[in-house]
Amino acid sequence: MTNEDTLTTPLSSAEWRLPSRRKMAVACLIFTETAMFTIFVVAYLFYLGKSLTGPYPNQVLETPILSTICLLGSSLTIVFAERALRRENRGRFQFWWMITIFLAAVFLGGTALEWKRLITVHHLTISTNLFGTTFYSLVGLHATHVVVGLTLLGLVLFLSLRGHLKKPHHEHVEMISWYWHFVDAVWVVVFTVVYIIGR
Amino acid sequence: MAFQEIVLPQATVTAPSITERLHDLVVTVDHKKLGLMYIGTALIFLIVAGSLAGAIRMQLVVPNNDLISPQVFNRLFTMHGTSMVFLVGMPIIAGLMNYLVPLMIGARDMAFPRLNAFGYWMFLFGGLLLYFSYLGAPGLSGHGSAPDVGWFAYAPLTGRAFSRGHSTDYWILALFVSGIGSMVSAVNVIVTTVSMRCKGMTLMRMPLFVWLNLVVSGMILLALPPLTAAQIMLLLDRFLGATFFDTQAGGSAVLWQHFFWIFGHPEVYILIIPGFACISEIVPVFSRKPIFGYPIMVAATVMIGAISVSVWAHHMFSVGMTSVGNTFFAISTFLVGVPTGIKIFNWLGTMYGGKIRLENPMLFCLGFLFQFLIAGLTGIMLAVAPFNWQLTDSYFVVAHFHYTLVGGFLFAMFAGIYYWYPKATGRRLSRRLGRWHFWLFLIGFHLTFDPQHVAGILGMPRRIFTYDAGRGWEIYNLISSAGAVFQAAGLLFLVANLVLSLRRGERAGDDPWDAWTLEWATTSPPAEYNFERLPAVRSRRPLWDLKHPEDPDWKYE
Repeated sequence: MTNEDTLTTPLSSAEWRLPSRRKMAVACLIFTETAMFTIFVVAYLFYLGKSLTGPYPNQVLETPILSTICLLGSSLTIVFAERALRRENRGRFQFWWMITIFLAAVFLGGTALEWKRLITVHHLTISTNLFGTTFYSLVGLHATHVVVGLTLLGLVLFLSLRGHLKKPHHEHVEMISWYWHFVDAVWVVVFTVVYIIGR
Repeated sequence: MAFQEIVLPQATVTAPSITERLHDLVVTVDHKKLGLMYIGTALIFLIVAGSLAGAIRMQLVVPNNDLISPQVFNRLFTMHGTSMVFLVGMPIIAGLMNYLVPLMIGARDMAFPRLNAFGYWMFLFGGLLLYFSYLGAPGLSGHGSAPDVGWFAYAPLTGRAFSRGHSTDYWILALFVSGIGSMVSAVNVIVTTVSMRCKGMTLMRMPLFVWLNLVVSGMILLALPPLTAAQIMLLLDRFLGATFFDTQAGGSAVLWQHFFWIFGHPEVYILIIPGFACISEIVPVFSRKPIFGYPIMVAATVMIGAISVSVWAHHMFSVGMTSVGNTFFAISTFLVGVPTGIKIFNWLGTMYGGKIRLENPMLFCLGFLFQFLIAGLTGIMLAVAPFNWQLTDSYFVVAHFHYTLVGGFLFAMFAGIYYWYPKATGRRLSRRLGRWHFWLFLIGFHLTFDPQHVAGILGMPRRIFTYDAGRGWEIYNLISSAGAVFQAAGLLFLVANLVLSLRRGERAGDDPWDAWTLEWATTSPPAEYNFERLPAVRSRRPLWDLKHPEDPDWKYE
């Protein structure tokens, strides 16, 4: 009929398989977000010790151990949840998923308390000095990503409680966990830069 | 195998009303419509931003001219530069990629059609936001109009003290919004290319157009976030009193330059590589030879992409970097010349011994080759740090980058438009009007930009709103402005050709150029689903195999 006939002449029997679109897209997202965080981290390091006035990092920052444990732990619990979903164990999935949300919320709460202390006790705001500028923007950018992640986690929980989440959605959920692992990995960098090197 | 046009039965439906058509444009997620919308919108912005350049040339035509005030002049070159890069260059390449990538790899649409539509609307609203600044920027404070800080918006010009009103805020947000559009469209192109190729389309069988745009999309993902990040910082500076770029509070104006050019230099490769992509498709077809050195072309592109992220500070030689920094960035910039040279030789190798057909697309390719070569050579000159100290921020630089972006990029885009217009509309563009466009634009281009090299060497700085008589710059500026008239006339011929040929053009058929890539295997214009049956390919030139079953490419690859 048309030229497509010859174009569709059968190939060798080797199967034609290409990577999943979803995975590719989330990989691209993570790649581009990494580039963005890199710039903020570079700005933080560049301005380290260049504040003209106090307060300085070593005077006011406290290492957020509990928050960090919670956030890193949530990377583990989300894997448990994912595994339960693959085995179609809904109860177990929801359990681990809620734990993940709880841990993320604790992390955000920790950040909120830290900021409150810095602002009210130490009078450090984004416009106080270069430390404030770079600290709030870097940690704030990360916290924004946690908020986005928390929204996604909440959405999945809602769908699961309503019974809409089935085994075929495993890859969707897996993508959210990829994003979540990324947010955690960024925190490892932020933690190292701000609370270890930065002091 | 005979070629025949698929004639669809003409049902007796009334033509859709204008409301229905507009509604269709707003809700469409079809990659072809979105691609054409991108290109159409970009051409409108090209005319707008071109008019701004026309006003600039009018002001500079004679010395001591007071046609335009310095304030308005600053807005003109800022809006011209910003529009040409973000509202003409980026969308026109996004449009070409959108239209062609799925067709070339034998897919029915992009990987994420709705995301694709989202990208277009982000770009459009970003563009409208930029131009709305003329009205909106004064805001409540009563200061400001369109942005006037130059397209790279160096600190401290953008600080609140020096840029009152909201003009800089409009600049930031417009670029932020249209940048999101570019990023999602880059994600889409990558995922489509990786995950949606038809059977048999291995990576090394993809048309070079797809390969090059895959690399470009990767570069967009890497290069745009630094700009976005820097803009977030600038917004924080302007609205929340952060001090990133506030030198009085210890901030650094140079850091902005670094962040901007970490984006800005890859950006010029992001624009020119899709130009290379068009040339790499068109030159072989009109030389009747397969592309010379396909694998080397791919490798050279990846090399350009890799090197392009390490050259940015050659825009900043005069800022006072260490000699190590200057040397590093000079050497890395020279290095880009290697893969670029490889490409030029490969195109020449493709033409060498070929049966060259001087159709309009090929004419523009030839113009591109000569002009881009010169642009590359002046680029190498500017990469020599001491030479750069003399000529930085002069009209020599202006001439150099207009040679790359007009003589190179725009000529390649025109070649692409002449080449693929028959596919998109089913009609050929008029050959005669196309010749007029080519020659007028070519003459205009050289009249405008060749003398600017000389004016620059004679010391004329860029961005000055007027100059004194007796410095020896008068004649070069006069010729330059005269050239702008020719360019405008050439563009008029293009617009007339695009509009008139839509109705009156000769019917093109499926494959008017006797080409070899998959987009010519379907109807012109392609159906919404692109291919009735998804094709399968066995070589880099599937249509050659089809037309020459006795001597197919796959026997040799």
